[in-house]
Amino acid sequence: MDEAKQTLIHEAKDWRGSDKPQSLHPLVELTATRVREFLREREAVFWVFVFPVLMTFALGIAFRNTAPDKTLVAIEGTASDAKVSATANMLSRSPDITATVLSPNDAAQALRSGKVSIVVRPENDTFAYRFDPTRPESRTARLLVDDVLQRGKGRADVVNAGEEKVTEPGARYVDFLVPGLIGMNLMGSGLWGLGFTVVIARSRKILKRFAATPMRRSHYLLSFMLSRLVFLVLEVAAVIVFAWLVFGFTVRGSWLSVALMTMLGGFTFSGIGLLVAARPTTIEGVSGLMNFIMLPMWLLSGTFFSSERFPHILQPFIQALPLTALNNALRALMNEGASLSSNWVPIAILLAWCVASFVVALKIFRWQ
Amino acid sequence: MTAVDGLDLEVFTGECFGLLGPNGAGKTTTVEILEGLTPSNAGTVELLGQHWTNGDDRALRERIGVQLQETQLAEKVTVAETVRLFRSFYQRGHNVDEVIRTVALEEKRNARVGKLSGGQKQRLAVACALVSDPELLFLDEPTTGLDPQARLSLWDIVERFRAGGGTILLTTHYMEEATRLCDRVAIMDHGKVIALGTPAELIESLGADQIIEFSVTQELAEDPLQQLPAVNHLHKRDEVYALTVSEIAVALPALLAEIKRQHSELVTLTTHQATLEDVFVSLTGRMLRDG
Repeated sequence: MDEAKQTLIHEAKDWRGSDKPQSLHPLVELTATRVREFLREREAVFWVFVFPVLMTFALGIAFRNTAPDKTLVAIEGTASDAKVSATANMLSRSPDITATVLSPNDAAQALRSGKVSIVVRPENDTFAYRFDPTRPESRTARLLVDDVLQRGKGRADVVNAGEEKVTEPGARYVDFLVPGLIGMNLMGSGLWGLGFTVVIARSRKILKRFAATPMRRSHYLLSFMLSRLVFLVLEVAAVIVFAWLVFGFTVRGSWLSVALMTMLGGFTFSGIGLLVAARPTTIEGVSGLMNFIMLPMWLLSGTFFSSERFPHILQPFIQALPLTALNNALRALMNEGASLSSNWVPIAILLAWCVASFVVALKIFRWQ
Repeated sequence: MTAVDGLDLEVFTGECFGLLGPNGAGKTTTVEILEGLTPSNAGTVELLGQHWTNGDDRALRERIGVQLQETQLAEKVTVAETVRLFRSFYQRGHNVDEVIRTVALEEKRNARVGKLSGGQKQRLAVACALVSDPELLFLDEPTTGLDPQARLSLWDIVERFRAGGGTILLTTHYMEEATRLCDRVAIMDHGKVIALGTPAELIESLGADQIIEFSVTQELAEDPLQQLPAVNHLHKRDEVYALTVSEIAVALPALLAEIKRQHSELVTLTTHQATLEDVFVSLTGRMLRDG
């Protein structure tokens, strides 16, 4: 018995005795843990890296710029009518028009349902156009059809204007879309990435366990910033490289300013994520808060279409949103090749959000 | 709400001190006040000659190791990575692999926490508490929910830490655990300490070393039972009578005669050595596990 106890003490001394120096820095270890946890969560990887790329692809294809569609025109009457066939003959000379002969009823129906943009009714020596002037394509169709028919009747051009056809880089929908998707993605990954991780750690009492160690609290929060920085590079690069390969997307501004801008955006949304996660103890609680914060920005901040389209009275509010500021700045840098200094307004808005949310978050943060 | 009230405890260096009590007795609150995690409204806590200051307590935190009852460590991270992370928080401490060996998790070194059994998770939690080579170790219900095998292996770890000169404050609602591990025990109920001493002293305070528990067909008058020779105490819980006796050889025949005299018949009868559980029952009238 005594002997056994002796051995026990001896063994115990053995493992207590060693004090090998290990160069582990808490900030490095915390950041590495963040990165590992994220990469081992397959769903998170999908939503952060794969989803935005798929979205770029789907929207880029759906709204790609192709040769303008032909204008669809209905000619009212019957094909055996000489007036009608003469009109059809004239219209068919234009490469931009597809004309069909329809009975008055069918023509009216086709116009109503938008299958044709205009209905032409040939009359003795003249024509009557039926179209909806509030529809832009109908107005265009009226000009085009009238021009073709007038020429057909013998009108000559007064001057011969020259034409120079260009496609402005950065003016396609996909060019508009890519910076917006990057902004939206930075918002999503900042809020979800930080908010969820912190609240899960709180609900599992890991935060409380950390609070029982000498860990510096600033290290814990900084580790989120650093791990965000690692993923930010990958997540922005994934979308840009994809858009470049598939749609020939190019960044016109300097890469450095784009990098700095995405970093500022990433940190701002990390700060907001931290603020959202400062108090809630349940996933349900933090999800509600995050949706409350993100929904207005999804709608208003001009990710898929320009935020200028919203009513004038909403503009001050919309322009003050961090995602609007980030999207506007990214578009200016990527599409127009603008400089950072000319974007000082959105940069100031983002900085204000970033600093304010960090300060408040740290003040009200709960460790248990 | 007051979870803990009027507690006056002293834990000596090098001892294993146990807080024993049912769920909701205030054990966790007490421990968390001592760990500096929950502020107390009144009273003082002195730990290793220092006080919690609400400010920079890092020096004190370097010297203690903590296992919390409710912590569920991150599931996607491996055993070694978890221990490494905790090791990085401390200026000095053990080598990561040594601690993993100490808690017998070498084979699970690269397994993710989510894949561990309950006992392995608990040993990992203790490893995270031991990695700083603490002077004082807090264990809050370390073996709750574990099977007997896992409990034994955890006891082994605690005993080795204790043998190496460490001080332990442990909470439990298992009397066997308190009896086996603790030098001294405070029995808590409803936020108060109702008994304090070594397990042997507490059991001795019953004035008896044997407990007779029995049930009968017809209810018995209780007064005559208490008058029986060598009987110190009678306690009735549901249908079961429990007699605390000093000399079983004297008490048992007298009890059988008394049952017969009252025209009842025995249904069950067991005897056992008095335990801390019996101390708790005699003080509160409830079982430890009643909660």
